Amino acid sequence: MNAPLPSSGKQLCPGGKPPRRAFFRLLTGALGAAATGLLTLPMLGYFFGRRHRPAMWVPMGDLSDFPLNETRTINFDNPLRQPWDGMTSMTGVHVRYQGKNDAGDEQFLVLAANCAHLGCPVSWFPQSGLFMCPCHGGVYYENGERASGPPPRGLFHCVWRVKEGKLEIEAPHYPTLHDTLTESLES
Amino acid sequence: MYQLLRKLAHWIDARAGVSATLWPMMRHPVPRSIDGPMGWWYVFGSASMTFLLIQILTGIGLSMVYVPAADQAYESLLYLDYQQPWGWFLRSLHYYAGSGMVVMLLVHMTQVFLQGSYKYPRELTWVVGVLLLACTMGMFFTGQILRWDTDAYWGLAVGASMAGRVPVLGPEIVHTLLGGDIIGASSLSRFFALHVFIIPGALLTFLGIHLWLVLRCGISAPPKPGEIVDPKTYDATYHEELKRGVPFFGDALLKDIFFSALAVTIVVVIAAVVGPKGPTEPPDPTLAGANPRPEWPFLWLFGLLSLSPPAIETFIMLVFPVLVLGALFFVPFVSNRGERAPSRRPAAVLLVIVIYTTLGVLTYEGVQAPWSPVMDAWSGDPVPVNLVEGRTPLELQGAAVFQFKNCRNCHALEGIGGRRGPDLTTIGASLTRDQLITQISNGTPGGGNMPAYGKQMSPAEMEATVAFLISLRPDGQLPAGAVEDAPVEGTTPQPVELTE
Repeated sequence: MNAPLPSSGKQLCPGGKPPRRAFFRLLTGALGAAATGLLTLPMLGYFFGRRHRPAMWVPMGDLSDFPLNETRTINFDNPLRQPWDGMTSMTGVHVRYQGKNDAGDEQFLVLAANCAHLGCPVSWFPQSGLFMCPCHGGVYYENGERASGPPPRGLFHCVWRVKEGKLEIEAPHYPTLHDTLTESLES
Repeated sequence: MYQLLRKLAHWIDARAGVSATLWPMMRHPVPRSIDGPMGWWYVFGSASMTFLLIQILTGIGLSMVYVPAADQAYESLLYLDYQQPWGWFLRSLHYYAGSGMVVMLLVHMTQVFLQGSYKYPRELTWVVGVLLLACTMGMFFTGQILRWDTDAYWGLAVGASMAGRVPVLGPEIVHTLLGGDIIGASSLSRFFALHVFIIPGALLTFLGIHLWLVLRCGISAPPKPGEIVDPKTYDATYHEELKRGVPFFGDALLKDIFFSALAVTIVVVIAAVVGPKGPTEPPDPTLAGANPRPEWPFLWLFGLLSLSPPAIETFIMLVFPVLVLGALFFVPFVSNRGERAPSRRPAAVLLVIVIYTTLGVLTYEGVQAPWSPVMDAWSGDPVPVNLVEGRTPLELQGAAVFQFKNCRNCHALEGIGGRRGPDLTTIGASLTRDQLITQISNGTPGGGNMPAYGKQMSPAEMEATVAFLISLRPDGQLPAGAVEDAPVEGTTPQPVELTE
């Protein structure tokens, strides 16, 4: 930056910096900035971009598979998978049929398997009517509400619908405390 | 032939200038006392570097067989363990040399801290050393994920959930960490890139800077009580000392080589005898009973986290590690002058003792993990026979309800079962019938560690369970709250009615 300009020797352009060199410096700076931007933006897009996909629905089974007020654990292959995910894309939800509401619509409770504390898989214990987490002992009641232990909230609810006599759920992503699984319902 | 090689070497050296630049570096003088017995304190840094070299060699070897794809990683680990010649040994050595590297780094840091070597002019050397420790811990965590078994899967889940607690940006961070919506192939590939390219790149860069600083600032002389570090005079004094110094590439290096060779021998023997770590169960998220444990360098944090009240958990997950790292960074800026000898710095010695005791206790708790319920205790651990012998039918019924309602998952009987809640072997001697009913019905007040069982069992089941629990007390001891002169002679457990 502070290197002496050749103008200290033979004066090419009397009275100041040689305009050609000043222009070249400016041009180099501008081109450098442009090159950096052109390189950086796609890289940022690659590393931090989100792939947007339409909501994908996963069939859970016929309505008759779900007796009233009983919790069933359904394992399924999450369609949010990569083709080379192997068995890691398998996931589970806990489904409870709660009968019909006043309008005659079927009511389901679909709870994600991941504990709201730190994501470990909760198991359903029908004998005591509790979900228990093996990691830090979080416990939830059958309706998904927190019963005891460290979880800061109840289990995450999945979005569900009944279509052509079958229960379907929206493919769940890995839930976090802010971004629960029901945002498509809220929006 | 020899002459020809010599000429070739000279030809290259004349152009590359290797002997002109590297040789003086190797022969740089170090304080004379390092040549003596005090020199044994200076061997831990080079031992860490030796382990790093083993990690690079074994890591390159493993990368030639391991497949960083979620559907094949587990199989390739099994292949390494059971089919690839010496694959089991490379996996084992990679694990134990990595562990050895962490141990050597900690010993090295402790020595530098205790002997005040981080003081002027070596503050920056310490700071870069802390970065090296952070990189090494990062390698340990990412390496555990590459061992793509059920522990790796759920370990990553726990890590992602912790990152997800960052305010506002949590979901974005989780998405970036996992490389997608769920834990799967993209997550493994990311951690592979971190473990093989990104963190090693940073680590080697910091190592280069660390070594440059060691050369530039010189190796500190062993501390002498009363020899004060003063930035104004230190350089001149040290320079004088070096005039009487000995070359590093000589006898001083011999101790490093000896110790590194010893350390490598020990690690190779451990690796060969103990064998590779895992993989455990395949990474199938639908397998019940996941119980992820962090690797041993993180067990203390796991213990601290699990023993803390939920209200400050997020702080410990997100802020506390930053504070610890920050505190380490700040060590040379708190005091970079004064005494160096441990005998004149009792606070420093006390600090080291307190820190290692704390780490040791928390690590022990992390190994024991009493906060994790035993998920199959209710069906897998029967009630000890002597606790049901001679009981009334109601009490026997209560024992069955106690098992069936999964109480054992958190409550041990005679030490068997979960340890999340108290062991109930003698509960009848400390809680009355009313207290037991209240405790079981309401759980821990304010939503603590025990769920309210009031709606989870019928009145009859409650009656039986309480009857059983009251009968649980040492022979000859009164039930809790019983009147002193109640009939207790020839005692078998008292019927519930007598306790009223």
